Amino acid sequence: MNPFRYAQVRDSATAIATVHPDSSAYYIAGGTNILDLMKDDVLTPGLLVDITQLPMRGIDSTATGVRIGSLATMADVADAANVKSGFPAVSQSLLNSASPQLRNMATIGGNLMQRTRCAYFRDTSQACNKRTPGNGCSAIAGQNRGHAVIGGSDHCICTHPSDLAVALLTVDAIVHVRGARGVRSMPIASLYVLPGNTPSRETVLERGDLIEAVELPSSAHARRSAYLKVRDRASYEFALVSVSAALEINGGMIRTARVALGGVAPNPWRSHEAESALVGKPATHSTFVAAGAAATRGMRGYGHNDFKVVLTERSVVRALQTAGGAA
Amino acid sequence: MGFSKLSRRRFLVRTAIPAFVIGLGGPRLFPAAQAATVRIQARGPQPVPMTLNVNGTAHTLALEPRVTLLDALRERLDLIGTKKGCDQGTCGACTVLLDGKRVNSCFTLAIMAQGKKITTIEGLASGDQLHPMQAAFLEHDGFQCGYCTPGQIVSAVGLMAEKRPTDDVNVREWMSGNICRCGAYSNIIAAVQAAAGGRA
Repeated sequence: MNPFRYAQVRDSATAIATVHPDSSAYYIAGGTNILDLMKDDVLTPGLLVDITQLPMRGIDSTATGVRIGSLATMADVADAANVKSGFPAVSQSLLNSASPQLRNMATIGGNLMQRTRCAYFRDTSQACNKRTPGNGCSAIAGQNRGHAVIGGSDHCICTHPSDLAVALLTVDAIVHVRGARGVRSMPIASLYVLPGNTPSRETVLERGDLIEAVELPSSAHARRSAYLKVRDRASYEFALVSVSAALEINGGMIRTARVALGGVAPNPWRSHEAESALVGKPATHSTFVAAGAAATRGMRGYGHNDFKVVLTERSVVRALQTAGGAA
Repeated sequence: MGFSKLSRRRFLVRTAIPAFVIGLGGPRLFPAAQAATVRIQARGPQPVPMTLNVNGTAHTLALEPRVTLLDALRERLDLIGTKKGCDQGTCGACTVLLDGKRVNSCFTLAIMAQGKKITTIEGLASGDQLHPMQAAFLEHDGFQCGYCTPGQIVSAVGLMAEKRPTDDVNVREWMSGNICRCGAYSNIIAAVQAAAGGRA
């Protein structure tokens, strides 16, 4: 790890005023992602600003849902009764992430901001447009088994590693951000940007912006949500494909549907195609099969990852069966 | 350096005073931070005095901010029971308890572990009386080469505190942060179940 300066802050304003003007400054909380990247020299901050003392740890029930402070740990949110009952996919996505140790450390805000697990991004001897713009992408013609089958570009086909973000898409989560110009809020889907020509830009956040909270609005479909993760081993592994499904079913008919995918795109990926195949249809196996096929529309493999297209189709069906009941 | 005579609270208060000078280069404000007239007190990259509470003993030492808790334990405090396996959060050999919760010490900066109760494998026994989890690992032969064992045991103590279910599936899942390359898993599971689940 490169030498760096360290400062602990006690209020958001100081944190933001410190990081906003300083391109070498990074926030640190759980540390599980940034220290990993620093050990590999992917990131070399001049200053780490420790935000762990900021008052953003609550997991509070509100009139409209649950508000999760961005410093709440993955473990605490996964175990929170109000999250488990109102947003089961969110709890399940966290329990399927990382290890018990890492979940005790890593925070919700950090989880949303974690960087891709693409091996080329994390190996400074390899070309990577995300790490070094204009450098080229080693994955497109390389070992791309773990890479994207939708949403990528000629410059980057990485996948987003967060399980949580996939589940948050299906419960309509709102991200509350404080920055140098004040506070703003956005749907989780608006947080991320696709790589396009600028893979180094991953979110709409500006330097110094701080995610303060994630708000989960209560809904019938959020209460009936499920998260399925398919991976190379049973635990402690990133997704090959994951699916979060949320359904509101009334009289056997699907009134509201949310389907989001992980492990297949540079962003947590909402499948509007799958949702369209569900809404207004009976909650039956054949409907779920149609939604699975719809979810793969526009997907293409790059060789080693071709299997992800079929795996997505089948995983969507299984996640919908879990959320909706086999019906 | 005399810091050992300071309480944790007084130490923090002192470090918060801008005029605090310690003979290690003193505090340096980052130029950009000065421009923004914020009150941060950036320290390092030179060694910074800090106090770590390990197994009930306060240790005051000077470490660069980049030193991990794992390296501080092993290289500075000679507590070599905590192992360095992968040093990147994937093996669990470095597991310690922070305020009773299991964490990877390779992903914890020592400077950020201040003010917390750090428990390592060396802190589990009471004198010659092994912790029940240590005794269970012996009884059930829950190891082969032994390198992952301290991390496995500390992690299992964390699992006990979390009151996780101790059927086979749950023990496998809740111990998945600890890799054993010898493959002693079946005996590890038996040991965890014996100590955490009261199952012989």
